[in-house]
Amino acid sequence: MSDESAEGPVEIIQCPVELDYTYTAGQATTRFLRGVGEGKLLGQRCIVCGKIYVASRGACPIHGVPTGPETVEVSDKGTLVSFSIVRIPSENLSVDPPFAAISVLLDGSDSTFMHVLSDCPLEEVRMGMRVEAVWIPKEEWTTSLKNITHFRPLDEPDAPYDSYKEHL
Amino acid sequence: MPDPTQPTETTEALVAPHSLRYTYKRSVGPIMGKFFTALREGRLVGVRRSDGSVMCPPKEYDPETAAALSEMVDLGDSGVVTTWAWVKTPRAKQPLDHAFAYALIQLDGADTPLLHAVDAGSESHMSTGMRVKARWKDERVGHITDIACFEPAEEGA
Ligand SMILES: [Zn+2]
Repeated sequence: MSDESAEGPVEIIQCPVELDYTYTAGQATTRFLRGVGEGKLLGQRCIVCGKIYVASRGACPIHGVPTGPETVEVSDKGTLVSFSIVRIPSENLSVDPPFAAISVLLDGSDSTFMHVLSDCPLEEVRMGMRVEAVWIPKEEWTTSLKNITHFRPLDEPDAPYDSYKEHL
Repeated sequence: MPDPTQPTETTEALVAPHSLRYTYKRSVGPIMGKFFTALREGRLVGVRRSDGSVMCPPKEYDPETAAALSEMVDLGDSGVVTTWAWVKTPRAKQPLDHAFAYALIQLDGADTPLLHAVDAGSESHMSTGMRVKARWKDERVGHITDIACFEPAEEGA
């Protein structure tokens, strides 16, 4: 729990915090995750503004009304609207740094989605880049976002800034 | 049109375990550093305060005068329980996997008490003023958990 060397004085101690929760997804997220279990990205529409949220939390954050009732399937392709290069390792990260944490606006959705971009040199990561989800083999799908390992670049021209400027 | 305030379909909500884990690295400074280094060596030390009394666990500064402290004092690994609380059903991360007491223990040679666990077997074996002795781990790393717990000691031990 302390510094490696048994020789020198103790200068640093490690204080682990471990919190075990039982997480209940609720109706809205459950609907989304069951969709993910079938390889679909499902959203719901606000009945006031018509915006489609993926994954919907069950309500429009602007209008405070329930979304739905129907679900809307959106594409697993989208536009990278923002990113951050992560260079600092951390416990429990499933990806080795450096990597790009990205915010993606999926085609057909009005909300962004956080994931990881791979199969792309970090110096080429940019706003407006077109990307698509990479799924694990269908036999291994569960009701988890781990069904998508990462996003990768699409061989398409960048999306114009105006098409995603509201989602930065 | 369906009533949008009602869910279209009620599905059984998904439930999953979620573990939140993060580890702080705390820089302990020279005085507490000596306390942790001593623990690694299987010893307990305190620090001498401005009024000559001994504080354990040690701090860098006198709590009353704010004077910087530096004189370390060797202490015994036995002491007296000054107050305690019985834990009937320990939780996973607590120091022992069976019922135990959290106690304030004033070590021999110290004037302030240290918080630790006492493995007394049953609540009826606990009392304020009882003597206890540290049970050290064989593998020590410089952490308060180098003392597995305290256990009741013979009178005058
Ligand atoms: Zn809305």
